[in-house]
Amino acid sequence: MSLWKIAWRSLRQRALASTLTGLSMALGVALVVTVLVIHGVVERQFSGDAQGYHLIVGASGGKLQLVLNTVYHLSQPIENVPYSLYEEFATGRFAEWTTVAVPYCLGDSYRVAGRSFRVVGTTPDMFDKLIYGRDEQGDKRYQFAEGRNFHKDAFFEAVIGSVVARQSGLKVGDPFNPTHGIDDKSEGHEHDAFTVVGILEPTGTANDRALFVNLEGFYLLDGHAKVAPEDDEHGDGDAHGDAEVHEGSHDHDAHDHNEAEGHRYIEPLPRAQCEVTAILLLLGSDLYVENIRRVVNEEHMYQTVAPVREVTILLDTLVAPIQLILLVLTVMIVVVASISILVGIYNSMSERSRDIAVMRALGASRSAVMAVILMESVLLALCGGVAGILLGHGLVGLANPLVVARTGIELSVTQFDLQELVLIPGLIILASVVGILPAMTAYRTDVAKSLSASP
Amino acid sequence: MTGAIRRRHAAGTALPLVLAYMLYFTPMLQLRDVKKSFVQPDGEPLPVLNVARFDVAVGEQVVVRGPSGGGKTTLLHVVAGISTADSGTVLVDEVDITRLPESGRDLFRARNIGYVFQTFNLLAAFTALENVMLGMTFTGRNREPDWAEHLLERVGLSDRLHYRPAALSVGQQQRVAVARALANRPRLLLADEPTANIDPGHQQQVIDLIRQTCEEQSVALVLVTHSDEVAAQFERAEQLEAFNQISVVAP
Repeated sequence: MSLWKIAWRSLRQRALASTLTGLSMALGVALVVTVLVIHGVVERQFSGDAQGYHLIVGASGGKLQLVLNTVYHLSQPIENVPYSLYEEFATGRFAEWTTVAVPYCLGDSYRVAGRSFRVVGTTPDMFDKLIYGRDEQGDKRYQFAEGRNFHKDAFFEAVIGSVVARQSGLKVGDPFNPTHGIDDKSEGHEHDAFTVVGILEPTGTANDRALFVNLEGFYLLDGHAKVAPEDDEHGDGDAHGDAEVHEGSHDHDAHDHNEAEGHRYIEPLPRAQCEVTAILLLLGSDLYVENIRRVVNEEHMYQTVAPVREVTILLDTLVAPIQLILLVLTVMIVVVASISILVGIYNSMSERSRDIAVMRALGASRSAVMAVILMESVLLALCGGVAGILLGHGLVGLANPLVVARTGIELSVTQFDLQELVLIPGLIILASVVGILPAMTAYRTDVAKSLSASP
Repeated sequence: MTGAIRRRHAAGTALPLVLAYMLYFTPMLQLRDVKKSFVQPDGEPLPVLNVARFDVAVGEQVVVRGPSGGGKTTLLHVVAGISTADSGTVLVDEVDITRLPESGRDLFRARNIGYVFQTFNLLAAFTALENVMLGMTFTGRNREPDWAEHLLERVGLSDRLHYRPAALSVGQQQRVAVARALANRPRLLLADEPTANIDPGHQQQVIDLIRQTCEEQSVALVLVTHSDEVAAQFERAEQLEAFNQISVVAP
């Protein structure tokens, strides 16, 4: 019978007290684990989502806002920039630095089952030429779970993210009608239908929560055209974006289109009337980032933003301190829980003085009985700790659907953070420290007196 | 052999006398001038032990009688090395345990001395078998589960191996305690009023068990009691006051 077994048995002898003490430790550790896992996931997620390209070009305004609504489908879009700026990257004077330029138009949403998903007008390059992340295996490219990418000349084709597909039930071939505006509450005008031609594999990024439609079709929707400076054929005087919603008076001929009629030729909107919310840029080299930034910032009323840098700043200035405070608080809870271990064991010492004396009479040394008490403390902390780690991951699992629904970020139950490994030696040290007081009581037990005393 | 001794005795030499004495009395326990006092609350020392000489031979069974509070338990504690004498020597199997450090006395006790208390010998968290195994834990030697089972069988508890103390009668608990005291094959067993809390009908069983098992395994026994009935069964019965020369007896 080892000393560990003796320690374990005496814990079991006081099963209720031990369980309660262990439980308080488990709750403390669970909270630490939850904070660690969520922080780890959020950090990886946020920095991962922004890795597919170098720069975002958009209208002047909040940098973070531009990143949030372009990369994460959060917050409100800022002003738009003219289509000609996109052309400068795609074919114009910045083309030699630019590997891929992808236009990005926001302002519509698709509402289904009480949820609202953003609709993005873009080009097929978004999925053909951009990656959504990078890991040890290299670039992570967009894959289609079903269907294919939309065609550049099929104006009313769309590709949807995995979360959208799961929650809306849309399948390849289904039509859907985007709604004007991105505000969840506003009763926007329902646009004409796009047809789903592809469903993306889950990427674990915010793009899982978005629908991507052909930019050309997007432009032809009500209220998406800028007032044409000369030719007023398509626009009729309203400003783009969240301005007033058109009623039936609008000319629908140009985009009266559905899948059944096949690919009837539709006139694209004249480029002068087109705007984009942002341009995603993948450059030929990291070195070009500064060139483009300098030129764009100086010459225009536009800004370039490196999403990775913005996200890093966001994480460092806002998320990290909050995380630290949470971590300190939760670690304090663990310390309080370990003090309850101390109290629990210490209170049991008076009724155990005879047991200790009996062991001493059987030849146990002072240090052996001291070790038994320390082991009890360590066992209690470890059992509580392991239970807490499992409980913490359970909590993360329970929170997952909610987090996915709100943010599109997938929290994995089996996502073990490396920092959790520090918990185990940390708990052993903590338990040894709090175990010293009762262990010293055991060490000092007066055997002759305790044997004579009636229990 | 006795014939040979007699013959040599007849020859009148001193040496055979010594040899004969050594054969008759191989010491297991020797106390010499052992003194111990406790400090009273008022700071005055209270003498409890003053034993000029107390010897027990190998395999010998001795009962020590005396009034309660007369120092019987303290005598056993000093012999076991649980308490230390203020002066004098305590030789157990020719080892002077008063000269050992505390950890040395602990290990010596674990390996050589069995101890049965009045009652509540057992740890409630462990089964009968585990309590016996517990006795083997602190020797620094390999534990012998078979021997533990054998001992429990010997004390008549082969069907109670996995019972917790709470599920055993006081008499059964004392039998487990006897088995545990013998677990490390000690050469000396100390029993402190082992039947005090057992109902009279079962006291004799426990006394018989202790005496028989000690005899079987050549274990010397020092049993203290205040019962005349128990004391009457021993060939050698000592009255504590007879060899414990203290002027004041604790109340």
